[in-house]
Amino acid sequence: MNSGPIVRIEGLTRRFGPIVAVDRVDLEIARGELFALLGGSGCGKTTLLRMLAGFETPDEGRLFIDGQDMTDVPPYRRPVNMMFQSYALFPHMDVAANVGYGLRRDGVKAPEIAARVAEILKLVHLQDHARRKPSQLSGGQRQRVALARALVKRPKLLLLDEPLAALDRKLRESTRFEMVRLQEQLGLTFVMVTHDQEEAMSMATRLAVMDAGRIAQIGTPHEVYEHPASRFVADFIGIANIIALEGGGWMALRPEKITLSAARPALPQTVAGRIVDVAYEGDRSLYHVETDAHGTMTVSTTNTSRAAGDAFARDQPVWLGWSDEAGQRLEA
Amino acid sequence: MRFVIGLPFLWLGIFFLLPCLLVLAISLGTYAPDSVPPVELGFSFKSFALLFSDDLYLAAWLSSLRIAATSTLVALLLGYPMAYAIARAAPNRRPLLLMLVVLPFWTSFLIRIYAWMGLLADNGLIEQFLRWSGLASNPGTILGTEWAVHLGIVYAYLPFMVLPLYATLEKLDDSLLEAAADLGAKPFAAFLTVTLPLSLPGIVAGCLLVFIPAVGEFVIPDLLGGTETLMIGKVLWDEFFTNGDWPLASAVAVCLLVLLVGPIALFQRNQARSLERRT
Repeated sequence: MNSGPIVRIEGLTRRFGPIVAVDRVDLEIARGELFALLGGSGCGKTTLLRMLAGFETPDEGRLFIDGQDMTDVPPYRRPVNMMFQSYALFPHMDVAANVGYGLRRDGVKAPEIAARVAEILKLVHLQDHARRKPSQLSGGQRQRVALARALVKRPKLLLLDEPLAALDRKLRESTRFEMVRLQEQLGLTFVMVTHDQEEAMSMATRLAVMDAGRIAQIGTPHEVYEHPASRFVADFIGIANIIALEGGGWMALRPEKITLSAARPALPQTVAGRIVDVAYEGDRSLYHVETDAHGTMTVSTTNTSRAAGDAFARDQPVWLGWSDEAGQRLEA
Repeated sequence: MRFVIGLPFLWLGIFFLLPCLLVLAISLGTYAPDSVPPVELGFSFKSFALLFSDDLYLAAWLSSLRIAATSTLVALLLGYPMAYAIARAAPNRRPLLLMLVVLPFWTSFLIRIYAWMGLLADNGLIEQFLRWSGLASNPGTILGTEWAVHLGIVYAYLPFMVLPLYATLEKLDDSLLEAAADLGAKPFAAFLTVTLPLSLPGIVAGCLLVFIPAVGEFVIPDLLGGTETLMIGKVLWDEFFTNGDWPLASAVAVCLLVLLVGPIALFQRNQARSLERRT
């Protein structure tokens, strides 16, 4: 087995007419990573994923999977499987037939197919639903069938297109942990496309933030959040107060790095302001504070006490303060 | 409200059920050559008995079923690729292609079949072309053979095959084919395991829409088939207009209806099912 990166992309470009969907992207993904492609709609993340699967042919650049050039290899010959956003389950086949489809195409013997299908269905807790049709399943169950179908061939690379987008919020959170558990248990490499930064941050070992067909930043969730490379990344991931610095450049300051108090705090950086908006979110509160020095800033406080009186009220004059290391300097 | 629901039933009752009952009544009457109409109403199974005693009718039945079945198969083999190509064409080109499929309907059916007579006749355009091109030096006459009848039926009913097939193929989700390819299915395997089974309702609908009218078809065998081709629709016509035996012709019609109840019921069930699946 090759020990290099499982995916290597060199100058990959895909155009649709005058639109450049993916623009000279270079990327390496290591074995066993859970890698997320994160970006807004139209940023090129889905096109990049579809090129990995083989549904789109790049106009320029090369694509290597496990050291082999896969640029012009059709999807049915790639050691890659994909979980579709719509799940794309075959409506005329039951769960077991859906999951076993890929094995049948490879000419695996029937007893082995049955065993492997049963094993993977158990892994996703669907062993009792093997004879159901997709239309008889709930959204969460369908999602797990799609996952099982993509996993059963033990692909070198599993591609997931917005794997949690069709689930409701509660289910999404539990499924997140479930998928990370599966990925670690099976030791596979996952590449996931998502527009949901919370999803990318909580699941991925590394992520790439994409913008207009290019990668704006690659890093661990911590690096991307705490050390954004540009104003775009700082603004896209979480909430950031972008403050213009004297002598050029900017600083990104996260709301939770700022302290909010009635009296002037003993911190190197302080600014006076007035609360214009309060958003109570239960675990935390977000305040919009109008300041003279930096315009409207967003500050968050953790609601550690149950007493109602601790909160700040609208129109209240307040002080904001932060340390010198609280913000990230940005050049672009 | 009740009136609105009742109106179509009233319409069907007057213009469909009543004539059917009339035909049934005539079939149970006896042939009376000298009266107008040439039938004496009664309750006799003489005409039906004649149908089952004379081999001619059984032969006509079987040959109708055979010709309708083979024509349906040929129409399916021709219509499927057409429907598939239209469904896969760029969305802005589909209306034009569909219009080309239904374009023949702009001309009367009868005129189109007469046109085929001209094409297939002795020294007709097709024979001349075969001779001129050297493909066949002495092709013989196609008109008046079963080949011509098949050709006519396939030609006339092809749109009825293409349209329901197109309707199911057009609805097919592209991501299902991508999923098949992703899981290792080569294009033809993906077609056999995904496209074909999912277009089955369209295949059934198209086949029945061609088969049912083809069994009772009379114009095409009459004009293109000549005396050699035996089809039940033509027998019915001959009994009615040539022999003037209304009861016997009605008995043939009643049997035709009974025979086609099966396929028609199948068609209805297929339509109802695909409607259910859509919701």
